[in-house]
Amino acid sequence: MDKVLEFLLPPAKSTIAGQVDGLFIFILAVSAVLLVGISFAIIYFSWKYKRRSEQDTTPVITHNTKLEVAWSVIPLILVMIVFGWGFTGYMNMRTVPTDAYEIRVVGKSWLWEFHYENGTVSVNELHVPANRPVNLVMSSNDVIHSFYIPDYRVKRDVLPNRYSNVWFEAMETGESVIFCTEYCGRAHSNMIATVTAHSESDFENWLATANVIDESLSPVELGKELIAKNGCNACHSVDGSRMVGPSYKGSWMAERELEDGSVVTVDANYLRESILEPNAKIGAGYDPVMPSYQGLLSDREIDAIIEYIKTID
Amino acid sequence: METSALKRLQVQRFKPEENPEIHYLNSERGLWSWLSTVDHKRIGLMYLASIAIFFFIGGVLALVLRTELLSPAQSFLDADVYNQVFTLHGAIMIFFFLVPSVPAALGNFILPIQLGAKDVAFPRLNLASFYIYTIGTVFTLVAIITGAVDTGWTFYTPYSTETGTNVLLMTLGIFILGFSSILTGVNFIVTIHKMRAPGMTWSKLPLNVWSLYATSIIQVLATPVLAITLLLLVMERALGIGIFDPALGGDPVLFQHFFWFYSHPAVYIMIVPGFGVISEVISTFSRKHIFGYWAIALSSLAIAFIGFLVWGHHMFTAGQSSLASMVFSFLTFLVGIPTGIKIFNWLATMYKGSIDLKAPMLYAMVFLFLFTIGGFTGIMLGALSVDIHLHDTYFVVAHFHYVMMGGMVMALLAGLHYWWPKMFGKMYSEVYARISCALIFIGFNLAFLPQFVMGAQGMPRRYFNYIDQFQPFHQLSTMGAYIMGVGFVIMFFYLLHSLVRGEKAASNPWGSRALEWQTTSPAAPHNFEHTPVVIHGPYDYHKPMSEFQLGIAHGHHGESHQPETLETVAETGTRP
Repeated sequence: MDKVLEFLLPPAKSTIAGQVDGLFIFILAVSAVLLVGISFAIIYFSWKYKRRSEQDTTPVITHNTKLEVAWSVIPLILVMIVFGWGFTGYMNMRTVPTDAYEIRVVGKSWLWEFHYENGTVSVNELHVPANRPVNLVMSSNDVIHSFYIPDYRVKRDVLPNRYSNVWFEAMETGESVIFCTEYCGRAHSNMIATVTAHSESDFENWLATANVIDESLSPVELGKELIAKNGCNACHSVDGSRMVGPSYKGSWMAERELEDGSVVTVDANYLRESILEPNAKIGAGYDPVMPSYQGLLSDREIDAIIEYIKTID
Repeated sequence: METSALKRLQVQRFKPEENPEIHYLNSERGLWSWLSTVDHKRIGLMYLASIAIFFFIGGVLALVLRTELLSPAQSFLDADVYNQVFTLHGAIMIFFFLVPSVPAALGNFILPIQLGAKDVAFPRLNLASFYIYTIGTVFTLVAIITGAVDTGWTFYTPYSTETGTNVLLMTLGIFILGFSSILTGVNFIVTIHKMRAPGMTWSKLPLNVWSLYATSIIQVLATPVLAITLLLLVMERALGIGIFDPALGGDPVLFQHFFWFYSHPAVYIMIVPGFGVISEVISTFSRKHIFGYWAIALSSLAIAFIGFLVWGHHMFTAGQSSLASMVFSFLTFLVGIPTGIKIFNWLATMYKGSIDLKAPMLYAMVFLFLFTIGGFTGIMLGALSVDIHLHDTYFVVAHFHYVMMGGMVMALLAGLHYWWPKMFGKMYSEVYARISCALIFIGFNLAFLPQFVMGAQGMPRRYFNYIDQFQPFHQLSTMGAYIMGVGFVIMFFYLLHSLVRGEKAASNPWGSRALEWQTTSPAAPHNFEHTPVVIHGPYDYHKPMSEFQLGIAHGHHGESHQPETLETVAETGTRP
C-alpha cells in the first residue's frame, strides 16, 4: 500500500496531507473494486451471451425495481461518505489556527515575492518554520496566479483585487517545490519557487540574516547572488540565449534598438531604469512583461547587479 | 398526443426496399443542391464533414503538443507558440467539434427518422444553423491566422483582457457559434414535441431521442449565458468598460462564474447525446429490450437539470465562500448518481442478451470502460479536500479526456459505425474497424492513464516545460497519442474505402427493431415513402419484425395530421 501511495502521490509533508491522502485512497480503492466488477461483467457477458445464430431470442427484462433501488442507493451512500469526508478536510484547510505565523505573498508575472514580519523580502524562496502553522496572505500584481505546494496538498488562487489566504503546518524540515497552477501567460511554467521548512531556531536565524548584505562579498559576487535570488535568471540568460527578456551576455555598453525604433546604450542609467521601471524602454522584439523591483532592491544592491552585468561578456 | 394514440388508423406493412434506385444522396445532384438543401440528412452530413475536419485539426495540434512535451525543456516550440497551440486545441475540440458532434451531426441525420418524421420542424432554420456555424468558424480561423490567441479555451480574465493576441475576433466567432447551437436546440425540441409519427408516444421514444431532448434543453438555456459573457468580455476589451478587470473596477472571479455557468452544462451538451447513442447500440447488438427504459430516459433529464447547479466545482480554489463550495460539492455528487445508474442499466441490458461484437458494440464497450474511469475520477475531483490538491493539474486533464474522448468520442464513433450503412448505404471493413478500435483503446489509455499519476504527483496543466521527475509519464503519454493517431488514420482509410468501394448495405444490417432501420439504406429523400405507424417500442425484440414496418394504408392521407409535408411528397413525385 505504501508503495502505491508513493507512486501516486508526492510525499506528505504537512499536517493536512494525511487526511487528503486518506480520502484519495478510499475513493481509489472503492472505484477500483467497482471498475474491476464492471469490466468483468462486460467481458463475461460478451463471452457468455455471445450471439449463436441470427434466430437467437432473448428474454424480455424491462426493469427490476429492487435491483435499481440498490444500485441507486448504495452509490448514493458511498458518495455521501466521500462528500462529508472531503468537506471536513476542506474546513480544516480553510480554518486558520489563531497562532499562525503570517507571511505576505505577492504573485507577479512571473515570480513569487515573500514579505516577512521584519521587512525581509525573498523572491522565489519561501522560508517557513516547521511544526508551526503558517498563514500566507496572498495577492497578485497583475493576472490571476495560483499558489500550489504539492507536498503540502495546499492550493489557492492569488487574485489581483483581493487577498486570499492559505495555511499549512510543515511536519518536517526540508525543501519542497511551489508551482503556479493558474495559467498566466508566457512564463507560466517557469513561475516555480521553493519552500524551505526550518527548525524554529534556524528559521529565526535565517530571518535575521536573509536581507543583510554579506559584507565580505565583492559587488560582482553580490550582484551574481542577487540575480539568482531575485529570479532574474528565469527570463534573462547569461550565455546569450534568448529567453523572455534580453540576455545579459555582452549587453554592457551595447547599442540596443527599442520598440519605437530609437537606439539606447545599455549603460548604468538604462540598467537602473530597467530594474525599477522595466516597461519604460522595451527592447525591440520583446514584450513589456517584467515586474518592477522598486522597493525590493536597495541602491547598493542595484549597483552590485550593474557591476555583475558589466562582467558578463 | 393522447388522441392520436387512440385514433384508429388503417395500416399496412411497408417492407423497406433493398438497393433503392432513388435515395436522399442522389435525388438531387450538384454542389448547389447540397449548399441549399433543407434536408436534415444532408445538413447532418455537412456537419459531419465539418466536425471531421476540425477533429483532424484539433488532433494534429494535440500531437504537436505531445511531441513538444517529450522533453522537459523547450524542443521545437517556444512558449508563446505552445500556449497558442494548446488554446487552439481546446477551443477547436470543444466549440467546433464536441458541442456540434452528436447533436448537430448524428442528431440531425437520425432524429427525424427515429421519430418517423419527414424532416425537422423548421428545415430552413436548420440550414441557417449550419451557416451560422460556418460563419463562426470563419471568424475563428481569421483570428488564428491574423494573430493567434493564447488564453486557453477558458478565456480567464484578467489575462484574456490584457494579452496582446486576437481574443476579440475569436470570442466573436464563438459568440456566433452559440446561436447555431441554440437554434438547433429549439428545432429539436419542437420536432420532438410536434413531429412524432402516429403511435410514437413518449414512452415509445427511442432513448437517443430522449437524450437529444435533454441536450436541446441545456443548449437553449445555457448557451445565452456564454453569449452574454463573451459579449461582456468584448465590451471590456474594446470599450474599456470595467466588468472583469480589477484595474477597471471589475471582478475577475465573476467571469469564472459566468463562464462555468455555461461551460459546465456544456459538458453535458457534449456527453448526454453520447448516452443516447450507447443505449441504442447496446440494445441493438444485444438484441434485447433495454433495461430500465425510464431510468435511462429520466436520468438524462435529471443530469440536464442538476448539471445547471454544479458550476462552482470548477472554483474550489478560486475564492468563493466555503459555504458555496460545500453546496457545489454536494450537488456534484448528486449528478454522479444518475450517471452511475445508466452504466448499470447498460450492463443489465447485456445480461442474457444475444451479443454481437461488431464495431459499434466494441466502441460502446470501450465507452463503458473509459467513461466509468472518467466518472470515478470525477468523484475524486468533486471531493473538496482532494480537489484542492488535484485542481489544475494533469489529473484534471486526464479526467476530462476520459469523459470527453473516452466517453463522447467513443459514443460518436459507436454511432458513426452504427448509422454508417443508413447514411451511405455502404458497409465498411469489419476487420479494419476492429483493428482501429483496438489501437485507439490502447493508445488512449497509454496517453491518459500516466496523466492521472503525474497529476496526482503535482504536475500542473498548461506547462510548456516541466521538472525532470515527470518525464517518463510525459513520454508514455506521447507514445499513446501517436498510437491513437495511427488508429484514426486507419479509420479514415477504411471509411473512405467504404464510400468508394464498400459493399452495399441492407436496409437493416443489424436486425434492429428501431424505426430508422425500417426505411431504405441510404434513407429515402423524405425518410419514408409512407407515414410510419408505431405500435411497439423500439426495443421490443420479442415482437416480430413485420409489426415494426407499418404505415398508414394508401388512400388515407387526407386524415393525416401532417398535411403540409404530404404536399411536398406530392410535388416531388416520389410517392410509390
